[in-house]
Amino acid sequence: MSQATLQIVKISGHPGPIAGQGMQREEKVAKLVDTTTCIGCKACEIACQEWNDLPFATTSFDNTYQTMPQTEWNFWNLIKFNEQPKADGGMMWLMRKHQCMHCAEPGCLAACPADGAIVQYANGIVDFQQDHCIGCGYCITGCPFDIPKFNPATKKVYKCTLCSDRVTQGLEPACIKACPTGCLHFGTKDDMKELAEKRATQLHEHFGFEKAGVYDPPGVGGTGVIYVLHDVTNPEAYGGLPSKPSIPWAVKLWKTPLKILGNLAMLGGLIGVTLHYLRFGPKVVKVTQKKGENRP
Amino acid sequence: MSTGVLPYDPARDASTERILRYSFAERVIHWTAGLAYIYVLGTGLAFWSPYLFWIADLVGGGPTARYWHPWFGLLWFAAVLWMYVAWRQDMRTTPADREWAKHVGDYIRNEDEKLPPIGRFNIGQKYFFWVMFFGGIALVLSGVVLWFVNDIPWDWRWLRYTAVLVHAVAALFTIGGFILHVYMGTAMVRGGFTSIIRGEVSGDWARMHHRLWYERMRGKGSGKSEGA
Repeated sequence: MSQATLQIVKISGHPGPIAGQGMQREEKVAKLVDTTTCIGCKACEIACQEWNDLPFATTSFDNTYQTMPQTEWNFWNLIKFNEQPKADGGMMWLMRKHQCMHCAEPGCLAACPADGAIVQYANGIVDFQQDHCIGCGYCITGCPFDIPKFNPATKKVYKCTLCSDRVTQGLEPACIKACPTGCLHFGTKDDMKELAEKRATQLHEHFGFEKAGVYDPPGVGGTGVIYVLHDVTNPEAYGGLPSKPSIPWAVKLWKTPLKILGNLAMLGGLIGVTLHYLRFGPKVVKVTQKKGENRP
Repeated sequence: MSTGVLPYDPARDASTERILRYSFAERVIHWTAGLAYIYVLGTGLAFWSPYLFWIADLVGGGPTARYWHPWFGLLWFAAVLWMYVAWRQDMRTTPADREWAKHVGDYIRNEDEKLPPIGRFNIGQKYFFWVMFFGGIALVLSGVVLWFVNDIPWDWRWLRYTAVLVHAVAALFTIGGFILHVYMGTAMVRGGFTSIIRGEVSGDWARMHHRLWYERMRGKGSGKSEGA
């Protein structure tokens, strides 16, 4: 992965074309998370905190193995824990590494009004540029995965960068490096998909997971983080992974048809009053008869 | 340019007569609302379209605009609430308004001599007031959600989605009202702008635009609110 993969191909809140668009062979990268081999050790959580030098977030204990209820502005990588009843009456522990999915069609970027606050690189990484962020929180509304989090002190929003700083230098993300079971992989999207499909096939052929499959949701154009799940028909069981994520319809409605309609209405209003003035002019009080004049 | 032609009233010289239309307090509150609205309009448009983001730069940049937008919104709405308390009686639609509304085409064509007499405000002004009042309620409620969106739980995310739509739609309605209000108050209805600056209108102006109100005001010292 060369520096050129950090060529920007999508920019939030940007008027006009994007200089980097179509200027590179777009070699997409992806993380592969194999939930079937995750042991919930949380080495990735710590690696993320360490590499990104994040101040510690408050942990909470809720009788599960989950560090806190959700990701925070200073906690970008969270192992979601769920106990799932099995058909035979037993229990299955589901561990899923939850972080920014780096969507090909990012809802955060679609919702963002600030020029350059959210960018997508040619390699598919969606990155927040806090120096351009105005802190409006529209990305929080736009995200289908509940990822961007607001820091009240800086009034900016933060999330996983997919270690874009490491990736530029040809390194894998910190979380991948820390994983002791080999459940995390990093490489080109094509390689990761192939590996994921191979693992899913192995799961139904050798381990009896009939519904095993790869989670790479098409509703957001595919993601830069893909999962192998024991049961791909029920991603919700993995700590609320949405089964059909897409940019929220309200955000789509707001950012396209409503915006066009609103702009036409505002422009129409301005043109309307101008035409009225040109056609009819002002209302002026005129009294035809003045005091002292001869009146009928 | 068409005009309302008024018969001369020998009892009074309406051209030199001055009538107080807006008290000092009413003018102050109007301009509090007006200037605060212009701020939230400009910054809101900056957040609405990348092609208008330069407006945010004019008032100190995106983060500054984002910081002050909700506070100016609250200031605007506080002024609107004051107006509601002061003017809600004046803003009720009367039978005279309904009669006048049938002639709204004459009003648009500046053929004011064909219009029946009305009270302190015409029905268009009343509609504008209610658009800003109810639009303001919608804007404040949705605006609070947008302001504290990070504190809206994931399971309540429908509230975030509703808020972005309600905020935009309500804002567009108020913008429609605002365009008409500014046009009519400055360019179209001459004398209207001075009345909201200095408070006074001429007797002729009052007779032409708000005859019933003028007649009630005759002999009274004040143009402050009374029944419409």
